[in-house]
Amino acid sequence: MTSNTTKKAGPDLGKAFKDAILAGIIAFALLGPLIGLKTDQNMDNQLVLVNNMPVALIFVALVMVGRFLLAAFIYPAIAAKGAKSKAAVSLAELEAKAKRTKRLSLGGLVFLFVYPMLILALFGVQGSIKWVDNFGVQILIYVMLGWGLNIVIGLAGLLDLGYVAFYAVGAYSYALLAINFHLSFWVLLPLAGILASFWGMILGFPVLRLRGDYLAIVTLAFGEIIRLVLINWKDFSGGSAGISSIPKVSLFGLYSFDMGATNNFAKAFHLAASSAYYKVFLYYLILLLALLTAFVTTRLRKLPIGRAWEALREDEVACRSLGINTTNTKLTAFAIGAMFGGFAGSFFAARQGFVSPESFVFMESAVIVAIVVLGGMGSMIGVALAAVAMIGGTELLRELSFLKAVFGDDFNPDQFRMLLFGLAMVVIMVWKPRGFISARQPTAFLFEKKTISGDLVKEGHG
Amino acid sequence: MEVFIQQVINGITIGSLYGLIAIGYTMVFGIIGMVNFAHGDVFMVSAFFALIFFLALTAWLGIASITITLLIVMVISMVLTGLLSWAIERIAYSPLRGSFRLAPLISAIGMSIVLSNFVQVAQGPRNKPIPPMVRETFTLWENNGYAVTISLKQVIIMAVTAVLLVAFWYMVQKTALGRAQRACEQDRKMAGLLGINVDRTISLTFVIGAALAAVAGTLYLMYYGVVHFADGFTPGVKAFTAAVLGGIGSLPGAVLGGLLIGLIETLWGQYVSADYQNVAAFSILVIVLIFMPQGLLGRPEVEKV
Repeated sequence: MTSNTTKKAGPDLGKAFKDAILAGIIAFALLGPLIGLKTDQNMDNQLVLVNNMPVALIFVALVMVGRFLLAAFIYPAIAAKGAKSKAAVSLAELEAKAKRTKRLSLGGLVFLFVYPMLILALFGVQGSIKWVDNFGVQILIYVMLGWGLNIVIGLAGLLDLGYVAFYAVGAYSYALLAINFHLSFWVLLPLAGILASFWGMILGFPVLRLRGDYLAIVTLAFGEIIRLVLINWKDFSGGSAGISSIPKVSLFGLYSFDMGATNNFAKAFHLAASSAYYKVFLYYLILLLALLTAFVTTRLRKLPIGRAWEALREDEVACRSLGINTTNTKLTAFAIGAMFGGFAGSFFAARQGFVSPESFVFMESAVIVAIVVLGGMGSMIGVALAAVAMIGGTELLRELSFLKAVFGDDFNPDQFRMLLFGLAMVVIMVWKPRGFISARQPTAFLFEKKTISGDLVKEGHG
Repeated sequence: MEVFIQQVINGITIGSLYGLIAIGYTMVFGIIGMVNFAHGDVFMVSAFFALIFFLALTAWLGIASITITLLIVMVISMVLTGLLSWAIERIAYSPLRGSFRLAPLISAIGMSIVLSNFVQVAQGPRNKPIPPMVRETFTLWENNGYAVTISLKQVIIMAVTAVLLVAFWYMVQKTALGRAQRACEQDRKMAGLLGINVDRTISLTFVIGAALAAVAGTLYLMYYGVVHFADGFTPGVKAFTAAVLGGIGSLPGAVLGGLLIGLIETLWGQYVSADYQNVAAFSILVIVLIFMPQGLLGRPEVEKV
């Protein structure tokens, strides 16, 4: 189904039409049964088929139209553009681009710091909760997880599909230690990070010899094992019921956000009682944690260990023959990546007040990997943008309840969240396999500074 | 002893299903070196095709003979699932051939999310139970009040698997398509130079793998009598474990691995802990990959610079 475009000037409508008919037939064969014949339970609890064919036909028509437009207009346009842009990009252009990115990230940073204030001013104290919590904190958690995993995938080139295991270790460490030993968040945050990085090493050690896909599958298995143990070891983790009433974070022990506490934050400052202050505090907390991750990563990239990671990503054999200890290099990547996962996990537990194995399914790992890869592996800004687009975008779907007026009451936009997420993953991979931001700034230069496009790097997964 | 033999029978039954799914993983990995992460969900969709057409045939057309229904359902499911897999390969994998190594894997993970969530949205999030298709059970022998039984369902699963494997083996060894597949597996560029249509061969590999998964899907529906949109993940990972255990790229290995995984799983559930059944399967995957990455029947991977 590749388009033949370069020879002809105008779009080949006849061929596009044929393509569309073919796509329609295939779509009807597949969607006809899956959408058109819905299985439902009737009153007697028997499974019956419900005819839903009109909906299926709408989708088939959409596929045909989409396929026609693709074949007739979009593929030729891409091919024409591709022929032009093969020309080399000049160094000055690249440097200007790098400068633009820098200015953009500075502006973004300022915006991140004033965002909750802006929201408070716009929506009032009570109205701000949704925007600060659902959009601010939720997105920033994924930005932090993305940046943490970026160390493992983007820098060291080790595809880790079980990152959520370290997130779980962090969350359960905080939950269990805070409840059983009444330790404060500020003591447990570093402890959770240490425990998670310890687990990173334990899990990292056996998989050192594996590469690529095998490594991915083993880490996936590790993630699942940890989740299954959390479900089944009921004495330790509370099983699938999880752990509830996890203590909140305090403002460094000075002020508490518990409603009944004597040093309640709102009371101390004579403010109206609201959970909004806690949300704003959590927002700044996760923002600082995320920035810590970013700071450490950019610093580490300039240290020998960071350069070793990137060398490892580009070519493991060459790396070994140059005398780099690949064992230590991989283990530190796993451990440091896991540590940030642990930080994020303990923050997550404190924010939710409740943890259960439900939160640490494979899908979470897949979402984090998707964010890292779609953002352009190794690019900090790309990962942050991807987190905003993917998590913010899917959160926005929750806001679309007005569509119920159009599609009827059964319509629940929330259920399309993961479907759209998966589609976005496939589409972005096919469209831009290198992610949103694929240009990379090398950390070491030979004679002169230059930026290369990620497309020019052969095996470098990033 | 009777319990043990009973569990062996159960294990071989499940193992046959894993083996059928594992062939899809192992063929695709052999030919393009990619873990087709969406294969488990393709299997789940095939079970849904089987469910839908089973209901259509029995409730709407009123076909009473269960043998005919089962056969028709299986064939329809094979055709549609093959088509689905072909479309997936065209849309999500073939544009990424020659791209960087992890791109197809990530695209496949995306596809897996799409498939399971699409079925959830289109068919609803609940379990889909159907009345049992086949009820007969035979008692093999009885001792101290414990009867070792084998149900007709289990006989059907083993028989269908065996017949399909023979047919499949014949196809890979004796037909032009099988030769083309083996040639592409050894050296894709050279095979292309010798006039083999590499793209077509790869597409057909996906279709055949999916058709075998569809057989497994239909049999799964018949055996358990229920299917759920999230049912693709765990059998998928277990079948992948089977493929790795047998040696990825090796077809007899996939079947052997499937049977072993099925046996280990049921025996573990019987004698050690039913709660940790899945942990056992995942642990095998980890142990095999770490200590024996080439598997039982696979060739050791040569590291090329």
